[in-house]
Amino acid sequence: MSEHYPALLVTVPLLSALFITIAGWLKKGLCFPIAVAALSVSLYSSLGLLMRILSEGPVLYLLGGWPPPWGIAYYVDHLNGLILTVVPLVALLNLIATKKVVEEEFPEKIGPFYALYVLMVTGLLGILVTGDAFNLYVLLEIASLTGYGLLAMGEDRAPLSSLNYLYMGTIGACFYLLGVGYLYIVTGSLNMLDISSILPSLYQSRAVLVAFILCMVGLWIKMAFFPLHAWMPNAYTFASSAATSLVAPLMTKVMVYVMIRLILTVFTPKFDFTVLAVKGPFVWLAVLAIVAGAVLALAERNLKRMLTYVIVAEVGYMVGGAWLGNRDGMTGAILHIVNDAFMTLCVFLVVGNIVYKVKGYRFENLKGLCRTMPFTMGAFVVGALSIIGVPPTCGFFSKWYLLSGAIQAGHYGFVAALLFSSLVNVVLFFRVIEISYYEPRGESHGHGASSPALNEAPVSMLVPLLMVAAGLILLGLYTGDIINHVIRFAVPASLS
Amino acid sequence: MPYRQVFLEVLGQPVSRESGWPAAIKNMETITSIKPLLAVLVSLGITPVLLSSAKPNVREAWTFVAAIAKFALVASMLPAVLNGSEIVYTVAEVIPGVAIKFRVDALGMFFALVASSLWIVTSAYSIGYMRGLKEHDQTKYFCYFALALSAAIGVAFSANLLTLYLFYEMLSFVTYPLVTHHRDEEARRSGRKYLLYIVGTSIGFVLPAMLICYNLSGTLEFGKQGFLAGTGSNALMELLLGLLLFGFAKAAIMPFHSWLPAAMVAPTPVSALLHAVAVVKVGVFSVVRVLTGVFGTDLLRSLDFSPFILLVASVTILVGSFIALSQDNLKRLLAFSTIAQLSYIVLGVGLLSPKGMTGGILHIGMHAFGKITLFFCAGAIAVATGRKNISEMVGIGRRMPVTMAAFFIASLSIIGMPPGGGFLSKWYLLLGSIEANQLPIVLVLLLSSLLNAAYFMPIVYKAFFCRPEESLFENGVKEAPLFCVVPLVVTTLISVILFFYPQPFFSLAALVVKGIAGT
Repeated sequence: MSEHYPALLVTVPLLSALFITIAGWLKKGLCFPIAVAALSVSLYSSLGLLMRILSEGPVLYLLGGWPPPWGIAYYVDHLNGLILTVVPLVALLNLIATKKVVEEEFPEKIGPFYALYVLMVTGLLGILVTGDAFNLYVLLEIASLTGYGLLAMGEDRAPLSSLNYLYMGTIGACFYLLGVGYLYIVTGSLNMLDISSILPSLYQSRAVLVAFILCMVGLWIKMAFFPLHAWMPNAYTFASSAATSLVAPLMTKVMVYVMIRLILTVFTPKFDFTVLAVKGPFVWLAVLAIVAGAVLALAERNLKRMLTYVIVAEVGYMVGGAWLGNRDGMTGAILHIVNDAFMTLCVFLVVGNIVYKVKGYRFENLKGLCRTMPFTMGAFVVGALSIIGVPPTCGFFSKWYLLSGAIQAGHYGFVAALLFSSLVNVVLFFRVIEISYYEPRGESHGHGASSPALNEAPVSMLVPLLMVAAGLILLGLYTGDIINHVIRFAVPASLS
Repeated sequence: MPYRQVFLEVLGQPVSRESGWPAAIKNMETITSIKPLLAVLVSLGITPVLLSSAKPNVREAWTFVAAIAKFALVASMLPAVLNGSEIVYTVAEVIPGVAIKFRVDALGMFFALVASSLWIVTSAYSIGYMRGLKEHDQTKYFCYFALALSAAIGVAFSANLLTLYLFYEMLSFVTYPLVTHHRDEEARRSGRKYLLYIVGTSIGFVLPAMLICYNLSGTLEFGKQGFLAGTGSNALMELLLGLLLFGFAKAAIMPFHSWLPAAMVAPTPVSALLHAVAVVKVGVFSVVRVLTGVFGTDLLRSLDFSPFILLVASVTILVGSFIALSQDNLKRLLAFSTIAQLSYIVLGVGLLSPKGMTGGILHIGMHAFGKITLFFCAGAIAVATGRKNISEMVGIGRRMPVTMAAFFIASLSIIGMPPGGGFLSKWYLLLGSIEANQLPIVLVLLLSSLLNAAYFMPIVYKAFFCRPEESLFENGVKEAPLFCVVPLVVTTLISVILFFYPQPFFSLAALVVKGIAGT
C-alpha cells in the first residue's frame, strides 16, 4: 500500500470528484464528507510519502509500470515532498472552515463546487508529484480550469474577472507548453530527469534558451509575478471567500515550486546561474515586484484587494530568493512557499469570517471588529505579524534566509526591497488593526461607551482558523527542523 | 574616597593598577534550568485568567499573584548569579547555530530584578489610578501590561541577539494598545508614531545588522568580549555600530527619541512602568548588551568607537535636558528628562572604563526607581486634581504634601544628589569619565545635573513655598487614593535605601564588569 502513495495522492481526489458530482444530484449532504475523506487520504499519503523520503531518499514511481521516458514517472524528492504535505493540509483546513460559506452562498451548487474543489487540489498535487514536464502541463490546466470555475462563483463581477484570468492564464500555460515543446525538440524527452541529463551538451543552444524563457514567462504569468499580475486582484477579490482562500494560498505557491523545479532539476543551477547571466536582472525584477506590490497594497481601501497585492509582493520574495543563486536564498524561497501558504490561508480565512458576519470587506466594514470578533481578529494579528516578519512566527524565518541569501549575494537592492516591504506591511496591517480596534461600530460617532456584544463566526469556521494561526507560530519554532531534515536536502549541493 | 572602598569591598579583590579592570572570574558554572522560561511565561500565562475574570477584584488579585510569582522566580536565581554562575535554557534551535535561548547573567539579572519588582508596585498603583479615573477597558489594560512584562524579562534573559530581537518586537506590539489606550485621535496618532519609530528602526536597522553579524561570525550568541572581533573591516563595524546603536529606538537616543514624548498620552501607570522603566530600559539594556556582548569592549576600544558613542550620548543628554526646561506639561517634561537620563547609561558603557560601566549599569536601577516615583506623582496629581500642567500646580505642596515630598526626593535622585540613589550612579559615571580621561564628559555630566535641578526645583519650590494668595489650591490636605500614594512612597523609600545600602546592585554591576574583564 505505502509504495503507492504517490498515485493515491492524486487518484483518490480525482475519483472522488466523480462521486461528489453524483452525490450533488442525489444527496447534497454527502458532497462535503466525500471531499473531506478524499483530501484526508491525500494528506495521509503525502505525510507517509514524506516520511519515506526522509528515511529512504527520493521516490520514483512509474505510473502503470511504464518506464520513462515513454511512461509517466512520478518523482518525489525532499522539495516536492515537503510542499506535497502543505497542499492537502491547506485544502482540508479551508474545506472545513468554509463549509458554512458554501452552504450559504450557493446552496444549489454544492455538488459542482466541491467537485471543482477536489479537482483543483488534484491538479495541484499532480503538478507537485509528477516528474514529467508535459504531464505537468496537463495537470496545470486541470488546476487552472477548475480554478477559473471556482473563482467565477462569487459576486456579480466574478465571472468577468475570472474570464480575464482565463485569458491570461491560458496564455501563460501556452507559453509553458511551447517551452516544453522546444525542450522536446532538442532533447526528445519529456521526463525532467532525462531532459536534465541530456541538456548539458546543449546549454549553448538557442532553442534551449528560448525554451527557458518561454517556460519562465509562462510561469510568471501563472504566479502573478509583477508586471504580469494584473489578472489577480479582481479574480481573487470578487470570488467567493471559500474559493479565494483555497486558490490564493496554493496556486501562486505551486507555480513558484514549478519554477524552482525547473531551475534546480530541469535546467540545473549551473545553467541558470553560470551559463545564463540573468540572475541579477531577475532579482531586480523581483525587487520591482516587491516594491510595486507594497505600494499598490498601500493604495487600497479594501482588505481583500489589499491582501492580493501583498501576495504580489510575496511572489517577488520567492522569485527573488530563488534567483539569488545561493543556498540561503533558495532555502528562503522554498521555506517561504510553505510559510506563505499558511500565512495567506490565515489572512484569507479571516476575510472569509468577516465577510460571513458583516457582508463586506472594505475598510469601513471593519470598524469595531476587534470587539465583536476578537478571535478572528486575534488570528488576523498573528497572520499580520507573520507577514510583517516578526519572530517567532514563521514569516520571520523565511525572510531571514532570504535576507541572508541577498547579503551573501551582495544584492543590496533585494535587501532594501525586503526591508521596505516589511515596513510597508507594518503600515498596511496596523492600519487595518487600528480601524477594527479603535473605530466604533455603527452610526454612533461618540466615544465608544457602549460595548457591542460578541458576534463571532461559527465554531466550524473559527477552529480551523485558530489552528492555522497557532500553526504559524509552531512552524516558526520548528523552522530549524524543517531546514535540517528537509530543505537542506532539497537544495542541491552545487549551490553554496 | 569611601565609594572606591565600597566598590573594592564588593568586588572582594584588588583592582589591578594599570587598567583598572578587576581580575577575571575563574571557574564559572553553567546551570541548566527552566526557571528563566518560567519567569518569562508566568505573566504570559496569566492573561487568559485575567481575560476571563468576572470581577475586577479577582482580576487584580491574579495580577498580584503573577507579579509576585515573577519576582520570586527572578529572585530565586539571584544567589546562583551572585556566585558567578549562569543559568541557561534552550527552547528551540531555529536557525543553525542560533537558538531561542535564555541565559541569566549579572546584567540580565540586574534588569530583571528592577523590572519585576517594579511591576508589583505598579500593579498596586494601576488599581488606584485606573479606578480613580474610572478608565475603560481595564481588563485589556492589565492583560497587555502582563504581556509587556513577559517581553521585558525575555529581553533581560536573552542569550543571543535573535532572542533579544524576538522579545524586543513582542514588547513593541503589546505596548502599542497601552499607548493608544485612550482611543481618541491623539492617542492613535501617537500610537502610529510609536510603531513607526520603534518597529521602523528595529526592522530597518537591527534586522539587517543582525544578519550581517550572523553572516560574519556564524553566531549571534552574546560573548564576554562579543563575537565580532576580527570578522570584518572597520567600515563594516562602523556601519554595524550605527545600525545597532540607533536601531534600538526604545533607548530614545537622538534623533530617534520623539516617540517617547508622544507616547505620554498613555495612562500614567503605563508611562511610569513602560516609559520610564520597562520599554525605555529594554532599549538601553539592548544597547548595553550589544556594545558589550556583540562588539565587546576590547573591539570598541581598538576601533576607537568610544568618542562617537560618547558624542551621541552627550548630545542626547544636553539637548534632552534643554528641551525639558521649556515644558509645561509635567509628563512631557518627565519624558524629556527620561530621554536625557537614558543616555547616561549609554554614556557609562561608552566610556569603556570599569567605573563608567559600573555607573551606567547602576543607573539602570537608580533611574528606574527615581523616575517611576516622579511619574507616580504626576499620576497622583492627575487623579486627585485633574491637573497636568506645571503652571497649574502652584501651591500643590499644601494640598498633597506626601506626594510632593516624594517628588522632591525622587528629583534629588535624578539630579544626582544625596540621599537619592542616583547620586551613586552619577558619582561612578564621573569617576569613570576621569578614569577614561574624558574631561568634556565630566562637564557634560555636571551641566546636565544643573539643568536637571533647573527644571525640577522650581516645581518643588512653587509647590511648597508660594505665597498664600498665589496658591491655586484651597487649604486642606487631600491626597490621591491610598493605592496611588502608598506605591509612590514605597518607591521613594527604595530610592533612598539604595543610597545607603546599594550592595545588591553594586554586586551585580561589579559582576558584570568582572565578566567583561574575563579575557
